[in-house]
Amino acid sequence: MVDNGKELSYRLVPSTCVYCGTGCGVLLEVMDGRVTGTLPQKDHPVSWGALCVKGWAVHEFVHSERRLTAPLVRSGGELKETDWDTALAAVAEGLSRVAKEHGPDAVGFFASARCTNEENYLLQKLARAVVGTNNVDHCARL
Amino acid sequence: MSDLKDLVREKLKDGVDAFLCLKDEEGTLLPALITDADSPELELVEAGGARYPMGKILIDLLREYPGKRFAVLVRGCDERALVELSKLEQVDLDRLVMVGLACTAEEARACGCTRPYPSEIALGEKAEAAPGRETIEEVEALSEAERLRWWKEQFSRCIKCYGCRNVCPMCFCKDCALENPHLVEPGVIPPEFPSFHVIRALDMTGRCVDCGLCEEACPADIPLRSLYRKMQEIMEEKLGYRAGESPDEKSPLSFLGSEQDIEKLEREQ
Ligand code: SF4
Ligand code: SF4
Ligand code: SF4
Ligand code: SF4
Repeated sequence: MVDNGKELSYRLVPSTCVYCGTGCGVLLEVMDGRVTGTLPQKDHPVSWGALCVKGWAVHEFVHSERRLTAPLVRSGGELKETDWDTALAAVAEGLSRVAKEHGPDAVGFFASARCTNEENYLLQKLARAVVGTNNVDHCARL
Repeated sequence: MSDLKDLVREKLKDGVDAFLCLKDEEGTLLPALITDADSPELELVEAGGARYPMGKILIDLLREYPGKRFAVLVRGCDERALVELSKLEQVDLDRLVMVGLACTAEEARACGCTRPYPSEIALGEKAEAAPGRETIEEVEALSEAERLRWWKEQFSRCIKCYGCRNVCPMCFCKDCALENPHLVEPGVIPPEFPSFHVIRALDMTGRCVDCGLCEEACPADIPLRSLYRKMQEIMEEKLGYRAGESPDEKSPLSFLGSEQDIEKLEREQ
């Protein structure tokens, strides 16, 4: 067979499945700079080498064409791509305006199963300690 | 006895392009491809511990890098998988150097293994086979109706994760029957009994190399290995064939027909 001259590059990167709060251990297969597959991490203390159907497919969204790769901000009724500083400033401005005009309980926070425990902890901290509301819920209840 | 590090270095110096084995990465053992005989990674290679589907990884590597040659650390079951995969034209043994690792007696017992060593051993000592037939015997002691009930109960736990198929080195079909909505209804959990599991068991006949990776990956602790092993026992008894052994003898159940042959068969039906 003819060598296509490609430099050999294959490695497995240990990571955590992002699809639910269980946090199973996955190894992402990276071949030639692309994430090509998932294997369960055999000695992971949460999942011990087993995954559910979502975990087995966790690599599939990485290179998806439909994946958002930059923040979008709505202006004039239209979503426009922007940078993170502009997007975060828009969020901060919007949240403080609503909290100021209608009180902190006019704001609600939705945590996500696709974040880590620690990130979700920080989100409720932001809700309670910074904005001053107990309106915290989770996407799993939607 | 040489150690794995020396063997990896030796093979890379002998001209293979990369060595697939396991490596310790911050306390986690995972498959790694070593390409440089002087790499500091060589200090981290490990022989024992976790088991991964090396055959499956090699199918992809051989395809992605045609013209490259690989060496791989193989246990008995990895070697059987690669031999059978070559008969099924999924790997090219001419581009593969297998470095054999014998499993320990403890590993053989844990796997209930019928052949815990490869044909040539470079590392480890050959341990006795320890064929675990407890589950098979338990089921064989039941009447046919009870057996069906026994398996039904086991498979009622299936969460249809497809892990048994995904991890199996011998499952490589592009169009998997288990994803065909006419055969397996989408969205139904547990999958219909017994079709889902019978499709897989039949596809594994004469192909399963008894590595047990499916059972290890099953979140529902279903004794898959015993089911497939019983199939292999029948295969051996009736047709005298053991998957993964004798590289020159193809499975009596494998045939590769040309498109014309298949069309002819369809016309005759
Ligand atoms: S593999 Fe399944 S159970 Fe595990 S974290 Fe991912 S979604 Fe959750
Ligand atoms: S099935 Fe288990 S004991 Fe047998 S060769 Fe494979 S790893 Fe070793
Ligand atoms: S034991 Fe399971 S994973 Fe291994 S070859 Fe057989 S069916 Fe595949
Ligand atoms: S690994 Fe177990 S739970 Fe998952 S599909 Fe196979 S039998 Fe079902």
